[in-house]
Amino acid sequence: MASGQVMELDASEEKQKNRRSGLHEQQRRWGWIFISPWIVGFTLFTAAPILISLYWTFTDYTLGSEDAVNFVGLTNWQRLFTDPLALQALKVTGTFAAIAIPIFLLVPLGMAALLNAENLWGKRVWRTLFYLPYMVPAVSGIFVWQAFLNGQSGWLNRMLRFFGIEDFLIWLSDAPFIGNYWNFEGLPNWLQNEQTIATAFLIMGFWGVGNAMLTMLASMQGVPKELYEAADVDGAGAWKKFRNITLPMISPVIFYNLVLVAIGMMRYFEVPYIVSRGTGAPNNAAYFYNIHFYKTAFTAFDMGYGAAQAWFIFILSMIITLALFATSARWVFYAGGD
Amino acid sequence: MASISMKPGKNENTSPFYSADLRKIWVTGMVTMFTAIICVVYLLPFGNMALLSVKDSEQQVASATGSILPLSSYTFEYEGEEYDIYTVPLPQEDGSFVDTEMALVQTGRRVSQFVDVNNPEAGLVEWEGNWRGLEPVTYLDPKWSNFPDAWNGIEFPRVFRNTLYIAIVGMIGTIISSLLVGYAFARFPIPGKNIMFMILIGTIILPGQVTLIPTFAFFNWLTNSMESVLLAMGLPLTLREPLLAFIAWIPLTLPHFFSNAYNVFLFRQYFMTLPKELDEAAMIDGAGPLRILMQIIIPLSWPVIIAVGLFHFIFAWNDYFNPLIYLLNSPELNPISVAVQIFNFQYGARPELIQATSLMAMALPIAIFFVAQRIFMKGVILTGVDK
Repeated sequence: MASGQVMELDASEEKQKNRRSGLHEQQRRWGWIFISPWIVGFTLFTAAPILISLYWTFTDYTLGSEDAVNFVGLTNWQRLFTDPLALQALKVTGTFAAIAIPIFLLVPLGMAALLNAENLWGKRVWRTLFYLPYMVPAVSGIFVWQAFLNGQSGWLNRMLRFFGIEDFLIWLSDAPFIGNYWNFEGLPNWLQNEQTIATAFLIMGFWGVGNAMLTMLASMQGVPKELYEAADVDGAGAWKKFRNITLPMISPVIFYNLVLVAIGMMRYFEVPYIVSRGTGAPNNAAYFYNIHFYKTAFTAFDMGYGAAQAWFIFILSMIITLALFATSARWVFYAGGD
Repeated sequence: MASISMKPGKNENTSPFYSADLRKIWVTGMVTMFTAIICVVYLLPFGNMALLSVKDSEQQVASATGSILPLSSYTFEYEGEEYDIYTVPLPQEDGSFVDTEMALVQTGRRVSQFVDVNNPEAGLVEWEGNWRGLEPVTYLDPKWSNFPDAWNGIEFPRVFRNTLYIAIVGMIGTIISSLLVGYAFARFPIPGKNIMFMILIGTIILPGQVTLIPTFAFFNWLTNSMESVLLAMGLPLTLREPLLAFIAWIPLTLPHFFSNAYNVFLFRQYFMTLPKELDEAAMIDGAGPLRILMQIIIPLSWPVIIAVGLFHFIFAWNDYFNPLIYLLNSPELNPISVAVQIFNFQYGARPELIQATSLMAMALPIAIFFVAQRIFMKGVILTGVDK
């Protein structure tokens, strides 16, 4: 009786195994079906276009042209490094990115630290209000800032005049010694002035830090309270706690945002395009890389040269991402151990 | 928090009004004040927009040097003509000045002619001085008509319909496809799943330019050939027009039916928090994966479905670059982002209309954000912090 039961059990286990592997097969099949939208989409809209555009970098393909497509070797690549407009675009974008990346990390970090302060009333209200500008469509935001930064009627210059800052700066340029190095003839029209347009773009970018602020804030709120309590016992001040506990604990999120901001700089287009009406004026100070790319590919329809520009930014982004990941081991701290 | 222990002998304050609580309130007040000031400065451009959007050109000229408010001068009718009223310091016999409300009838560089509003029978009064230095008597006069003007100018109903179509079709596409792909990544034993997931996440940092040109050429070919087939069919105009629009919008809607890294990530993370026992119980009852998805997973997943839907809606509403390149030849099909930009380039001399259209374009995303901010912020935090 007993042995019979065991045998029966064995048989049912065997059956179950068979059923399980059958189930496994079925599960796997369904898995492929469910994942297929991504596989098709990735092949069609990511992998294939990347390869095709690499091929096109070696051709003179022009969209809508009747001429045969010729293989031109490295001509497009050569052009990229000799075309004065391309070089200007690279210079403008690179300079801007070098200044903007740290600022677009520090500003949301500061906001998050402020909203995470122990002594703050109405945290949720402030969080909503500080996040709000992130919801404004880029096009609207650009026009709103254009009015705000207007040289005559814009509120920025009005405030600077109201608080006497304009008079002070003019007075400074007449002052002895400083006046030799400082020449100020009145507040600028920020977006029309070659010298100030990059600063204006930086200020406009403050409305785009909402996501970074929110993720940093959430990460700060996740830091275990015990760490701060232990630091209190040791008599650490607020700055020391921030520097030695908060920053390392939220470093993964800072790193994530660093990657996104760096990649965002390579996509930077709408603001300079709309502000300069597609020209990159004044004096090409707003001639960012993507304006050049847009003009080449979608105004002149020079797809070969455009593809070379696209591939250049692709290679650059790979290098930068890899470099960031390589350095991350030194300063990004994963508390979970992975 | 309440028990802040005083270390004896160290800055001990024995004053009767001193207490740790009082000090805490003071610090909290200061920090809150500071935050409020920063917040006001941060949001100041909204104020500039709001006030500029209700001014006419005359008020804009006046506020370039005067008040930022949309003011208009009171006027006074004198002998059949309207004149602006100013506050004039009239010299009295005893050498003092009395501010009098007077209408400016005849301007002059040194001497101007006024008429006393309260005593017009006295006739014209000469006043020595530059009238430009006088304060006009004004009242708040917002020009609400700018909004109907802007509404009609960008043909808001048509633009709104275009945007809504693009956003909702793409939203349906990304919800269905990302949900399925997220389900696959969360639950199914697919070989090479981890590598595929890495590639998927990698596409987030892929610069879009590198896929753009062939994709553009492909859609250019696709829409052109579909259009010529359609035109060859010789359909009646009422049928042809919506079909042409449908074709022109394909590049903006079709790609979303192939899932998106952020949304797949959101769905996957959410599905992984659902207990597997639920699926297994249903599986023992003989339910297949599709039925489990429809009857168990989806009913539990409304929060994340709504979040993904909202994210896509906002994305589509705000997207500028894609409609800019794909709808270049059919401006009547533009969504709100491009429509606002084109309108504003044409009406550069009317800053008030620019601000009014900008306000109209941001109204809906901001309203959605206020209504659904918890879902929204949760989604942002999930994608940002968990990765």
